[in-house]
Amino acid sequence: MGAPPLPLEAGQPAVTSSEGVGEATGRSREMLESLLGPGGLVLLRDSVEWEGRSLLKALVRQAALRGERVHVLGCEVSEEEFREGFDPGTYSRLVYHDLFRDPLNWSNTGEALPGGPLGVLRAMCRRTGPGPVTIALDSLSWLLLHLPCTTLCQTLHALSRQDSRPDDSSPVEHVRVLGLLHEELHGPGPVEALSTLAQVEVTLSGTGDQASAHILYRRPQHRPTHKIQWFTILPDFSLNLQGGSPPKSQPHPDPRTHPQALLCRGLGQATSHIFYEPDAYDDLDQEDPDDDLDI
Amino acid sequence: MFPELNDLLNASPDRAEPGKLTLLCDAETDGSFLVHHFLSFYLKADCKVCFVALVQSFSHYNIVGQKLGVSLTTARERGQLVFLEGLRSAVDVFFRAEGEAHPLHFLREAKAASLQPLYEFVREALEPVDQREAAWKRPVLLVDDLSVLLSLGVGAVAVLDFVHYCRACVCCRLQGNIVALVHDSGDAEDEESDVLLNGLSHQSHLVLRAEGLATGFCRDVHGQLRVLWRTPSPPAQRGRSLTFQYKIQDKSVSFFAKGMSPAVL
Repeated sequence: MGAPPLPLEAGQPAVTSSEGVGEATGRSREMLESLLGPGGLVLLRDSVEWEGRSLLKALVRQAALRGERVHVLGCEVSEEEFREGFDPGTYSRLVYHDLFRDPLNWSNTGEALPGGPLGVLRAMCRRTGPGPVTIALDSLSWLLLHLPCTTLCQTLHALSRQDSRPDDSSPVEHVRVLGLLHEELHGPGPVEALSTLAQVEVTLSGTGDQASAHILYRRPQHRPTHKIQWFTILPDFSLNLQGGSPPKSQPHPDPRTHPQALLCRGLGQATSHIFYEPDAYDDLDQEDPDDDLDI
Repeated sequence: MFPELNDLLNASPDRAEPGKLTLLCDAETDGSFLVHHFLSFYLKADCKVCFVALVQSFSHYNIVGQKLGVSLTTARERGQLVFLEGLRSAVDVFFRAEGEAHPLHFLREAKAASLQPLYEFVREALEPVDQREAAWKRPVLLVDDLSVLLSLGVGAVAVLDFVHYCRACVCCRLQGNIVALVHDSGDAEDEESDVLLNGLSHQSHLVLRAEGLATGFCRDVHGQLRVLWRTPSPPAQRGRSLTFQYKIQDKSVSFFAKGMSPAVL
């Protein structure tokens, strides 16, 4: 890193003295680009305390800014709610497959998407056009509660590996699948099964009011790498990265304070993290050492 | 309704925010005072209320409502309140002919798979039928409580689907609100209860969690209330969370910061 961060007031992002707005924007874009990666499944694991839909929308926006088509399988919120806050460019590149309004065909009006959730998912496996495409599943938890785990995993595998069909002689196009998963709703078995399918896994957490993303990258023939990033998502769904662990939050007057009482802040989550800053003498070889064995 | 709770939530009957799902949760205490608060709140706000009451009788809610300044009898007579009295309806369902629609039809099924009849009941109760409905402000669905459905053999996913459809209809299409109570059993082995509680929390915009004190019964502090705002817009990784303690009195509930009960100051 460059110069140490300046002393911070509560709520201010950590920006080094040598870093301007442009560099901060660049690092934010870098983080989103690293999550979007070359393709495959990106698993976003959130919780009640630390919701992940905002990060999902930030990734959708980044993919749209790259000129990609973005298909959203919307199961948990209405199309209006999901589109809220996007700029016109992202709005126009977004195709929303509405499984929220009538997912189980209770209205019997024929307006429900044909084939139900599995039918819609399988239809996405059939590529309809050239060019890179991003598919956002909001959410994998809803699909996991309504479909058998094995069926979902097989469909996800087919969905995220469309660029490697043996009978397809067309140029390889990247398919990226973003899946939002609410961790508390599922047992360890289904969560681990989805985890093994993911090329990138992001677990949302935080301390106080500051969110963090624990990112696990799995690259073929490489050791998995792990990174922790503190961040804030702005109203336009761009990202604001924090330079390291957040400063201790200062108590500040709460406009909703009861006039007769001092209010306690909610109990924050107790999390511990290890932050490692490699120096010039560290030799971090990302390659798997077992590759050297001639077995 | 309890004015102090309105202050804490920054809410009032004349400016209730539309399209929201508020989840009431209680753990090792009785959170029904929150149900009574929201029932009187929305009746005073001139909303059309559909109350799916599975736990107590109509007269019980009416007696408490009168202490809080609302008459459920009057509200029902003038069409403002649609009241499904679960304790009475549960008996009716067995005397209906096969095939006749009933909101608690799942009680007749060996394996209760779907709450669609209950959803249809709610939809028909709250969808405006004609111009007379314009007299009421937005529709509100109140459920006391969803955990009872688990006890009656309905699966957690079926209950989540029911709330999902209610949300799509009442919150999104009709711009109304939903308030539902669910219990946290605290039993780590009760997976259905956990899935229901967590699934509902993920669908909610506001979560009010009433908990008993860790130290046990106290005459002057009946429990603590944790408020979690999970507003999706503007985007926030974590809604604001505040914790208060409370004491329930005959006609009101007082709230104060932890350790600041007037009895100990």
